[in-house]
Amino acid sequence: MADIDNLVENLRREISICEDQLKSLKAQLAATESRKPPTKNGELPHSPESAPESADSKVSQWPLLSEEYERYGRQLIMPEVGLKGQLHLKGSSILIIGIGGLGCPAVAYLAGAGVGTIGLCDGDYVERSNLHRQILHNTYKIGISKVDSAIDYLKALNPNVTYCTDTPASRYLISDTCVLLGKPLVSASALQTNGQLNVFNFPARPVGDLTGGPCYRCMFPKPPPPESVLTCGEGGILGPVVGVMGVLQALEAIKLIASGNIHCRLTDQGYSDGERVSDDSQAPQGLIFSAYSSTPFRSFKMRRRRGNCAACSSHAIITRESLRSGSMDYAQFCGAISPISALSTDERVSAEEYAAIERSKGVNLSRNKSSGYGHILIDTRDKVQFELCSLKDSINVPYAEISASDASPHGVEELEEQEEHEKEADWLQMIRKMPSDAPIYVVCRLGNDSQLAVRKLKELGLDESGTRQIRDIKGGLKAWRDKVDHNFPNY
Amino acid sequence: MAEAEKSEAQDVITLKVEFTGGLEMLFSNIKEHKLSLPAKDEQDKATTVNYLVDYLCKKVMKDRRKELFVQDGTVRPGILVLINDADWELEGEGSYELQPEDNILFVSTLHGG
Ligand SMILES: [Zn+2]
Repeated sequence: MADIDNLVENLRREISICEDQLKSLKAQLAATESRKPPTKNGELPHSPESAPESADSKVSQWPLLSEEYERYGRQLIMPEVGLKGQLHLKGSSILIIGIGGLGCPAVAYLAGAGVGTIGLCDGDYVERSNLHRQILHNTYKIGISKVDSAIDYLKALNPNVTYCTDTPASRYLISDTCVLLGKPLVSASALQTNGQLNVFNFPARPVGDLTGGPCYRCMFPKPPPPESVLTCGEGGILGPVVGVMGVLQALEAIKLIASGNIHCRLTDQGYSDGERVSDDSQAPQGLIFSAYSSTPFRSFKMRRRRGNCAACSSHAIITRESLRSGSMDYAQFCGAISPISALSTDERVSAEEYAAIERSKGVNLSRNKSSGYGHILIDTRDKVQFELCSLKDSINVPYAEISASDASPHGVEELEEQEEHEKEADWLQMIRKMPSDAPIYVVCRLGNDSQLAVRKLKELGLDESGTRQIRDIKGGLKAWRDKVDHNFPNY
Repeated sequence: MAEAEKSEAQDVITLKVEFTGGLEMLFSNIKEHKLSLPAKDEQDKATTVNYLVDYLCKKVMKDRRKELFVQDGTVRPGILVLINDADWELEGEGSYELQPEDNILFVSTLHGG
């Protein structure tokens, strides 16, 4: 049955792609036909379909195609854009790095607005968990590369635009590249209910010129410690939050391009930023969005370029050569949390082993406080995740609470001080009241926090000087789902 | 200490201190804090943002993971400090002298998207 379902889904997906391609081809055909020059004697082109457009096809003296006047009409009549702005957009190229929650809405609006050339860069494939926010992809695109999926959508949206593709890179690498190429960078990020937006390196003056806009490194010369960095997969994200930020990115890009001030031209006399209307005393603005705050949108004055910035100052050490040669190791610079392996093998059980233990000695914590009947299962995920789904009889103690508990040994002064200021955490008191010989198992989402939690529980003395077993379930609930219970929710 | 502060109201500065971008998690999940700080530090110098950071660590932050807020004696990399909606670099960074009713915002940078 499952095989048939898969087959049906795959066929649906393929049909959808073919339909998209067909749509895109038809649109391209229409666009190309409308571009056909009139024949010498003023006769209509041969294609019978273009006959009704005869009036339009003669007026090639107009700077835009007739199709474009119609397509962009509502923005063309705005003073902020006008014909000049539209031509700037048409002549511009934008690289979109990441076609996720930000990139999808951003690129849809930019393609819609008529940015002439759009580069797309993402190494990921569409997953079901992307779809609540990554609005270019759909159910039938699951498993397809995000770049291909996006191009299908965008070609149908605006076939006049040229789309190109590339591979992904990190925020520092992107910023450094923009500085070296003299391009402004419209950067945004979003997590949970928050978003941030900055235009870096604008005006995009040469390296060493302190009147240029700050780059990402000016603002963040050192990367944050990797353990402080949450991803959308870990922290969660509301679709409209990341959508708002992506749309704002598109807006900033349109403002920059349509104004015509984006180009930083090197001349014999130095360089100029187009018409140079920007007031140098005015610092560029950044934006912080906080959906659940009483002031959801807050602008702030960004800093100036950093005098010793590694990328944009006269002391810069990042050059085109160092980028090209690959001598900069960006992954190492930012650090990475490698899969944790904090425990020895006898401190761990596999999901299958735990399943066997659970079957033979069911979890029962309340039956007899003095005997070692059953075992204790602690789930260290956040309360919200725990409420989504959990293993039978497990107790929820979020890792943040475990890690925040005092691990100092129970020295006399320590104890006295503790009693004065605060008593032991509720969860710890609760566990201490349970049978002290019941083994403790710890589980989390992926099997990292659970290991650290085992460590911490031992430091807190719950292993009763080594007489009680405390072990983690390897690979967490993901392993449980993969190896034991395929119906356990995959969120 | 709190008593001494209250008795000399003119020597106290009230501030609005805010946390966002997930940093509020380290401060009991409270985004907005109204704080009263002494106008002068122990050396009789005007209190600065550095003083505030130290004060937050010692008196306000209940979470034990201090390293997620400060490292090497200053706010850790990846946290943006805004003084009245301007990057603190424009105001003298940590040595900025606090003024009554200042708004100090600590933002953790986000990396999702
Ligand atoms: Zn810089």
